[in-house]
Amino acid sequence: MKTPRAVWIAGIAAAIALPFVHRDPYHLHILVLILIWSFAYTSWSIMGRFGLVSLGHGGFMGVGAYVTALLWNHLGMSPWLGIPLAMVAAALLALVVGYPCFRFRITGHYFVLVTLALSGIVLQVITATRDYTGGSLGYTPDRATSGRQLLALQFDDKVIWYFIALLIWLSGLLIWRWIDRSMGRYAMDAISEDEDAAAAVGVNVTAEKLKITVISALMTALAGALYCQYQMFISPDTVSGISVSLQMAFAAIVGGLYVSFGPTIGAVITILLAETLRIGFGTNAVGWDNLVYGVLLVLFIIFLPKGILGSVIEKLKTQRKPSLRS
Amino acid sequence: MQAFLDIFDIYLLEAVINGILLGGVLALLALGLNLIFGVIDVTWICYAELVMIGMYGMYFMVQVYGLPYWIAAPLTILLVAALGAALHYIVIAPLLTAPPINQLLATGGVLFILQSFATVAFGIEFRNLGIRLPVLMFGDMNFSYARLLSFAAALIGMVVVYLFMTRTFTGTAIRAISQDRQIMSLMGVDTKRLYIVTSALGGALAGLAACLLVLQYDVHPFVGLSFGPITFLICVLGGLGNFIGGFIAAFVFAEIISLGGLFSDLEWGYVLAFAFFIVMMFIRPAGLLARRR
Repeated sequence: MKTPRAVWIAGIAAAIALPFVHRDPYHLHILVLILIWSFAYTSWSIMGRFGLVSLGHGGFMGVGAYVTALLWNHLGMSPWLGIPLAMVAAALLALVVGYPCFRFRITGHYFVLVTLALSGIVLQVITATRDYTGGSLGYTPDRATSGRQLLALQFDDKVIWYFIALLIWLSGLLIWRWIDRSMGRYAMDAISEDEDAAAAVGVNVTAEKLKITVISALMTALAGALYCQYQMFISPDTVSGISVSLQMAFAAIVGGLYVSFGPTIGAVITILLAETLRIGFGTNAVGWDNLVYGVLLVLFIIFLPKGILGSVIEKLKTQRKPSLRS
Repeated sequence: MQAFLDIFDIYLLEAVINGILLGGVLALLALGLNLIFGVIDVTWICYAELVMIGMYGMYFMVQVYGLPYWIAAPLTILLVAALGAALHYIVIAPLLTAPPINQLLATGGVLFILQSFATVAFGIEFRNLGIRLPVLMFGDMNFSYARLLSFAAALIGMVVVYLFMTRTFTGTAIRAISQDRQIMSLMGVDTKRLYIVTSALGGALAGLAACLLVLQYDVHPFVGLSFGPITFLICVLGGLGNFIGGFIAAFVFAEIISLGGLFSDLEWGYVLAFAFFIVMMFIRPAGLLARRR
């Protein structure tokens, strides 16, 4: 599917013009959330599309959010410095866990379970260091005094956040495109088909996998840090742990993880769904929204494994060229 | 130095023994997960949540309906076994030919469903059985009867499964399936039925674990998250589908958690266990007992 350049430019122009036309704070809030999570889901699919299904991204996101907030609160370090440091920390974590996994061919179920444990452990560490991180009660970055808001990356205006999130989301799509057109993409495709064969034709399997994992971890940590700066409140359950990891995997799959816009569609659907359910059921029925969410996800995986966008595109393709499958 | 020796003598020994007792229950959990993986080639991400449902089952039967523990326990085991079979029939069976990742994520969806179901149906309060078993004093060391009982019951459960797998026709068929999936259906074995039986057996083990864990821990909808990850680590360290490896790994991890908890918080015990796991992956990447390639 090639999108013409004009459509791109028109789409971006419309996205930039939007807050000048429509300024409803609630709608902007939802849009910012969708954009930030789209970025996180995109970073997950960068790995996921090559069969590297990680359930450790909750861990990377937690590191991104908590390191940024801790550096600001305890050392007074501006998020402008703190976010890159947090991203480096997440990348190091990815290296420490990824290297043995890839070096010793831990794939499939094993890889999923190892990364799953990783996100569980990050959750435990955050809870265990409750003297610093506030434990399961959550954590709030200190409010910046007026005039230092730019330094602290804290803005009250939702429009500013909308533009930040839009920029990050676009950069996520660009990274996707860059990887899609790089040599690494062919190497990863080969690896996901058959690791031994790929190694036999000269692909450095460990290095290629590590590269993609580190890129993905960096992006996820950035998403976590931004989420923290935007919401001004993080708790172990919302930015780390197994449920966040599963949420990422689901959203990417619901949208379709083999197409660049898939994770975005996934974010739109899952966040709108969650919000509708939350409002529909009200506050006195905690849990119902997740119940419906879970049922829908299982149904999706059983009946639409390629995701919504993936299935639609495939249908369009087969209609055009009935004899050829992509 | 003297202070260190004091700690060493009593508390260390107590922690080591408590570690062994914890290892029994962890081994039981790992056995259930390994069984499912070894036979059906599926990982139930929601395994710990089945245990959670079982713990609620125990709570309601004992606390609300006033059944004695000895009657509630078999009922709970049956309940979770039925749940396991249903999970296979509804979610896994349609996905048997799908990519493994989809199967895995579908059970992840079930994790969401079970957690939120428990939240909706039972609320998020911590509940316990209200049974306080006495504490056994041995020298200066304290061991709760709950742990001793759990350990003994877990061992008995594992022996029963072992006998079932080696002495009965169905058990033999299940072991054969884990060796070669395709050939078994050619030999006239009804693999669908065996998958259901295996899932029910895995569920029953989760139910047994629930009956034992509910004696020691309060139950709440997210209790599965506190021992789910460690069970996965145990299974991977032992080698997925490798029963003996899982058994040994369970005790190794239990000791690390117990000793780590002695010197610091319990959470740090888990963190230590994970660090140990990463190191072990360098040394024995395919599991503790894997043959070197």
